[in-house]
Amino acid sequence: MNKVVKNAQEAIKDIQDNSTIMFGGFGLCGIPENCITALKEKMVKNLVAISNNCGVDDFGLGILLKTRQIRKMIASYVGENAEFERQMLSGELEVELNPQGTLAERIRATGAGIPAFFVPAGYGTEVGIGKEAREFNGKMHLMELALHADFAVVKAWKGDTHGNLIYKHTAANFNNMMAMAGKITIAEVEELVPAGQLDPNQIHTPGIFVQRIFQGVNYEKRIEQLTVSK
Amino acid sequence: MALDKNQIAKRIAQELKDGYYVNLGIGIPTLVANYVPEGIEVILQSENGLLGMGQFPTMETVDADLINAGKQTVTYNPGASFFDSATSFAMIRGGHVDITILGAFEVSETGDISSWKVPGKMVKGMGGAMDLVASAKNIIVAMQHSNKGQSKLLKKCTLPLTGVSCVKKIVTDLAVLDVTPNGFKLVERAPGVSVEEIKSLTEGNLIIEGEIPEMKI
Repeated sequence: MNKVVKNAQEAIKDIQDNSTIMFGGFGLCGIPENCITALKEKMVKNLVAISNNCGVDDFGLGILLKTRQIRKMIASYVGENAEFERQMLSGELEVELNPQGTLAERIRATGAGIPAFFVPAGYGTEVGIGKEAREFNGKMHLMELALHADFAVVKAWKGDTHGNLIYKHTAANFNNMMAMAGKITIAEVEELVPAGQLDPNQIHTPGIFVQRIFQGVNYEKRIEQLTVSK
Repeated sequence: MALDKNQIAKRIAQELKDGYYVNLGIGIPTLVANYVPEGIEVILQSENGLLGMGQFPTMETVDADLINAGKQTVTYNPGASFFDSATSFAMIRGGHVDITILGAFEVSETGDISSWKVPGKMVKGMGGAMDLVASAKNIIVAMQHSNKGQSKLLKKCTLPLTGVSCVKKIVTDLAVLDVTPNGFKLVERAPGVSVEEIKSLTEGNLIIEGEIPEMKI
């Protein structure tokens, strides 16, 4: 078994124009920095990006937005990115906004082999337009579909050569479900170790979900809202 | 005197009970954490994957991998746990969170809430708000009662909805109101604010029964 690739360039080498890609992270926390840079350099276009947020103007997915490599964005909250809002309001960028929990579950469902499910979020709002609604236990629910992607690109704190992943603090966020959901899942990690070095009791994402893994470099880990107590 | 943001937060904090799991939205709701009454322990849930959120860090303890749902750097308290977003929303959708406190642009007399979009002007996205309002056992909205003399407590929301018939209680700069089957029931008024003033700035049906006490801030 060899899942280890040399770097981000090698990991993304078969990502083509028009691919649908899930990107892990919440805001700028736990984002696959190396792969985003590599995708920018590869100049792949017309991407459909699935990510909770879209970075900020000059970092995270905002980088691929600025270069107009993203055709469609599926997200839940995009408030931090002025360029995103501009492209969306002008119609240059196609956007599908999902309630955050629905987005998370649509991704989880794909990895778990569940084609559709019902949730109450969004019933009676514009999110429900065109969706099947059904009553369960006296409450209305919307049918939501699993969300598929050609690739999932995730970031973990530690990983091993079998693809097992461990996240740090709140950097797990969407990474764990996306790793399960990608047809091909690429994981970049801050620390890559030989199989057997991570405690199996501590693994968050079992290696079965990960096809490629590499040791990332030069993590900037930019902070979006530096807030300190006095 | 109308309440300032901190006073609204302080009044909402009086609704917290010992042992509550609490989700605080961005803005005024975040401030509620500063006013948890003495002797009460609540556990804060941040939907990006943290239960047991603590204070803001010091410059020395800042960690880019440790943020809240507003993307602010935070710390965690003893007994905290981290988890992915699907698990986080299982807590929310599954009804495990006791109380949700969030902001709003508008609330209707039937408890509908608008908080995520102003068509053609502002689109930030709903984030976790739709999931929270659809499933929380108890929802308190923190908001301004009016904007430039225009009521934000309406018969019907004018902006795109976040959820329908879900808001239970509202704390504004002028009043505390319960959302009842017949409309907004005035429960308390801000110190020095008259019932008439509240009435004039409430477009939706306002129920006034007996003497309305002043809030104790």
